[in-house]
Amino acid sequence: MAQVYLPERSEAQVRPPRGPIQTRRQNDATPTQGQRPGFADAIVIIALIGAVALLVTAASRWTAEQNPAIHISLQPIYLPLYAGLSLLRMMLAYLLSLAFTLIYGHIAATNRTARRFMVPILDILQSIPILSFLPGVVLALVAIFPHSNIGIEMAAVILIFTSQAWNMTFSYYHSARTLPVELREAAMVYRLSPWRRFIRLEIPFAMIGLVWNSMMSWAGGWFFLMAAEQLQLGNRSFQLPGLGSYLQIAANAGNGGALLLGLFTLVVLIVLLDVVFWRPLVAWSDKFKFESVRSTEAPESPILDLLRRSTIIEWFSLHAAQPGSEWINRQIDRIFHNQSASMPSDESTPAPITYKTVIGWGIGGIIAVLAMIGCLLALHALAQISLLTWGTLGVDGFFTLMRTVLAMTIAVLWTVPVGVKIGMSPTWSRRLQPIVQVVASIPATAFFPVLLIVLFKLPTGVGINIAAIALMLLGTQWYVLFNVIAGAMSIPSDLREAADIYRVSGWRRWRTLILPAIFPYLVTGLITASGGAWNASIVAEVVQYNDKTIATPGLGSAIAQAAANNTPSILLASTLVMAFIVVFINRMVWRRLYQIAERRYTLG
Amino acid sequence: MSLSSKVTKMQQPTHSPAVLLEATHVRKMYGDEKRTKHGEIQGVLVLDDVSLQIREGEFVAILGPSGSGKSTLLRILSGLIHPTAGTVRYRDALVMGPDPHLAIVFQTFALFPWLTVLENVELGLEAQDLTRTQRTKRALAAIDTIGLDGFEDAYPKELSGGMRQRVGFARALVVEPELLFMDEPFSALDVLTAENLRTELLRLWREGRIPTKAILMVTHNIEEAVQMADRLVVMGHDPGCIRAILNGVPLADRLAKTPAHEHLVDLVYTIITQPDEDAGTIMAAQDGRKEQPVGPTATPKPSGRGYQSLPHIKIGAVNGLAERVQRHDGREDLAVLGRELQMELDDILPLVEAVELLGFGEAMEGDLILTDAGRRLAEGDELQDKEIFREQVLSNVELIRQMKEALDRAEDHEIQEDQILEQLEEYFSPDEARRQFETAVDWARYAELFAYDGASGLLYLEDAAPTSTQ
Ligand SMILES: Nc1ncnc2c1ncn2[C@@H]1O[C@H](COP(=O)(O)OP(=O)(O)OP(=O)(O)O)[C@@H](O)[C@H]1O
Ligand SMILES: [Mg+2]
Repeated sequence: MAQVYLPERSEAQVRPPRGPIQTRRQNDATPTQGQRPGFADAIVIIALIGAVALLVTAASRWTAEQNPAIHISLQPIYLPLYAGLSLLRMMLAYLLSLAFTLIYGHIAATNRTARRFMVPILDILQSIPILSFLPGVVLALVAIFPHSNIGIEMAAVILIFTSQAWNMTFSYYHSARTLPVELREAAMVYRLSPWRRFIRLEIPFAMIGLVWNSMMSWAGGWFFLMAAEQLQLGNRSFQLPGLGSYLQIAANAGNGGALLLGLFTLVVLIVLLDVVFWRPLVAWSDKFKFESVRSTEAPESPILDLLRRSTIIEWFSLHAAQPGSEWINRQIDRIFHNQSASMPSDESTPAPITYKTVIGWGIGGIIAVLAMIGCLLALHALAQISLLTWGTLGVDGFFTLMRTVLAMTIAVLWTVPVGVKIGMSPTWSRRLQPIVQVVASIPATAFFPVLLIVLFKLPTGVGINIAAIALMLLGTQWYVLFNVIAGAMSIPSDLREAADIYRVSGWRRWRTLILPAIFPYLVTGLITASGGAWNASIVAEVVQYNDKTIATPGLGSAIAQAAANNTPSILLASTLVMAFIVVFINRMVWRRLYQIAERRYTLG
Repeated sequence: MSLSSKVTKMQQPTHSPAVLLEATHVRKMYGDEKRTKHGEIQGVLVLDDVSLQIREGEFVAILGPSGSGKSTLLRILSGLIHPTAGTVRYRDALVMGPDPHLAIVFQTFALFPWLTVLENVELGLEAQDLTRTQRTKRALAAIDTIGLDGFEDAYPKELSGGMRQRVGFARALVVEPELLFMDEPFSALDVLTAENLRTELLRLWREGRIPTKAILMVTHNIEEAVQMADRLVVMGHDPGCIRAILNGVPLADRLAKTPAHEHLVDLVYTIITQPDEDAGTIMAAQDGRKEQPVGPTATPKPSGRGYQSLPHIKIGAVNGLAERVQRHDGREDLAVLGRELQMELDDILPLVEAVELLGFGEAMEGDLILTDAGRRLAEGDELQDKEIFREQVLSNVELIRQMKEALDRAEDHEIQEDQILEQLEEYFSPDEARRQFETAVDWARYAELFAYDGASGLLYLEDAAPTSTQ
């Protein structure tokens, strides 16, 4: 759901609490030899045992006899297991997203021919909501693994993947395309093989953006967890043991206690992940920042320091990881032996025809044929759709558009003053940013049912509409807030002082100083948020509560219902309409605003 | 005593050293896709017919104004980019890509910020089939040679500029290159650090402590080139070409400021500041010496653009320069000027160009001589300066005159910037067109000829639309 066109701009957002200048790095990087195993090692061992136990449990479940709709117990005792299983799904999906990102992003960035197709395709993919992938993915995988649960599990993982991958890929592609010229040349002069260039230059350079987008992707994944663990496909329904199902079942049963408990578990899980995973990762990735002087406020993480002190990890790195990666690099270099660095392909001279080009064209040809078949099938399906249905979908699109516009307006109205307040005050931004980050990654879908208890007291039509807009808002306002904070923080202090001296205050201060300064950031945030709002419409416009399903007309509910009723042609049509609208708005509104922002209002 | 006879004496061993690298009739066009309004395909010719040999044991310096294609030539010679026409041969083999016997030191250091000093140096060896221990050992040795001991585990951003460039050198030297290329290696460093690093490099090179057989350096610093190089290649622009190849001064004269040293510095200044003169003529004219350039000289062809190109200089600098020269009785040696103001070619040339273009002075025989207008400018107060400047701009700067005329003609005395930019883009790349436009606006605003509103991109005559100023 998250879309980011310029990850660099958002970097300021990921900065966890600042501390004093890191002076211990040298010691930390090379821990003193012969340290006794200590506290750090104990933690590492416990974490390993926990991970293995979870994997074994999960594996036994996957290979068990197929049971598409497993019973979910609302007993609190099962919550840790469900949380673990959901976490595992999220991780698998994330790994899949990462692999996809690196491969797709790399090819799109380095192959000129492929780029022409791959980038627009990515643009469209990210405008397609998760439920549109549902029937294809689930039916195919269940057909491949008819007897075990693995098919359904994989389907859930892939569905989560579709909510995580695209923004990461965009970020990676963008970084790989903007590698600094002199580093590219250095890599060429020292004749790094394509593989080593990839791991020494491309990935490190993309790292900061990748980490930031990974955090956004996880938030997106949690948001759609419930949709991915509980699938309705025509008369077949699938249900996987996990936190998402638990919350959904609790909501359906109207069991407020269980709902709150599930919610609490989710929050704990997210906070824990933030502390033991994202903070260390962000602190570690700080070394990839492309800057020539070290910033005085490097992110810190106690957990990372702890890991760096662990003897087990040190031993592993020294005796397994380093020789292992060296060996792998060698093998890969050997396989692609004859492809050492040559002159850049972007030069005007035509590249000589190698077996690589032939293979490339071969793959391209196969993909083209498959795409053609797909298009024919799609056309066939679309031909069955009456004009009336198209008209209805158009009207639905208009409703959803109105809802996203409203959600964005509300988001801007509250985030701009609040974000500016936070961003302009160093104390507040230091205190609040980490909290806001965690709050933002708690999926609104999870506490949505709680909200519904209140909203359903209102007349149905009003309640669901407020609920839909609220959910869109809850899911996406954070991107706007983050960006506004970053924008306000970026206002140079001399400008603010000048404004103080000349007594520019009130509305004039906003008009001459603050609004122009945050404008590019605001636009960046809104691009992400509006894309997210469209994607969120599929869960916002249809609501299940107390065994009732309530829907309000809109493109999101059209897609959700088409998926649930298993009517592929309508699903296809509604998805196309949504993709068209989203891409159209991106091109016609956001890109232009963004260009204006870049041209007119960039400071410095 | 003739300089060249001295040079020839010391540079003429019993047999001529082997040619390591040879470029023949190299041409380079950029941006072949750019189309003009009339639809014809127009590329920018960056290098025109450049031929150059680099021999074993030589230190060659390439000098020239900004944009004369020095970096481009260096990258073509190193195999980083293809020439559009012509060939580059390394020991008689056609260069098709970066050669394992070659290393480059970059102006911006080009260090990988996420790798430690040691890892950065090891990077140079990654393409070679070495074990990890061998690699580390050689890297440590290089780090040792270049004086980086104790910084192995530091990250580049923890180092000062000088130390960072040492890492750049270590990374280059660790591959034991036969050819060492450097693109303005010292220009990002402060004066003393640069001097220090230069001396150390020269020592390693002259004492044969590095296996490098030839060094090629691009620089903006004439003193530096004379101090270091055995041969100086002077390039000119529009299109980039080699204007002269000069022999360096004997080793003994390099560090001390001997007459031979001074003379060569002067000569290079003279050639570079007179882009429209034939380099051979200039050399012949200097003190009536009969010396000939050792390489081919080229008479610059009439500017390829067909449109006056403005140097991007702020007015204050022109004024300041005029005042300074005036204090020296209206004539000052450019070499001295450069040394005292610590300006390298890329700073001083555009300035001299602006002074000449505006008719405030003339570069002659390596000196800058003020004209009448120049003297008046130097002596006038703020108001008079503006007056003089306005006159000179209108009579000398084609672009500003055209803009003013267009404004006078226009109905509301307003025109859109796009109109001017479009016209400029027939002669310049879009970026350069923008810069040309901005320089013109800057000058015209100072001369109070017309005003410009950046937000709307509107040019207007001040009195015609006084309200729209913000
Ligand atoms: N990739 C490119 N595409 C288009 N034009 C280019 C490119 N690289 C360089 N040029 C143009 O080629 C000309 C020569 O550039 P080059 O960098 O070789 O000059 P230079 O002599 O090294 O200048 P400087 O002294 O400023 O480093 C310039 O006008 C520049 O604008
Ligand atoms: Mg250059």
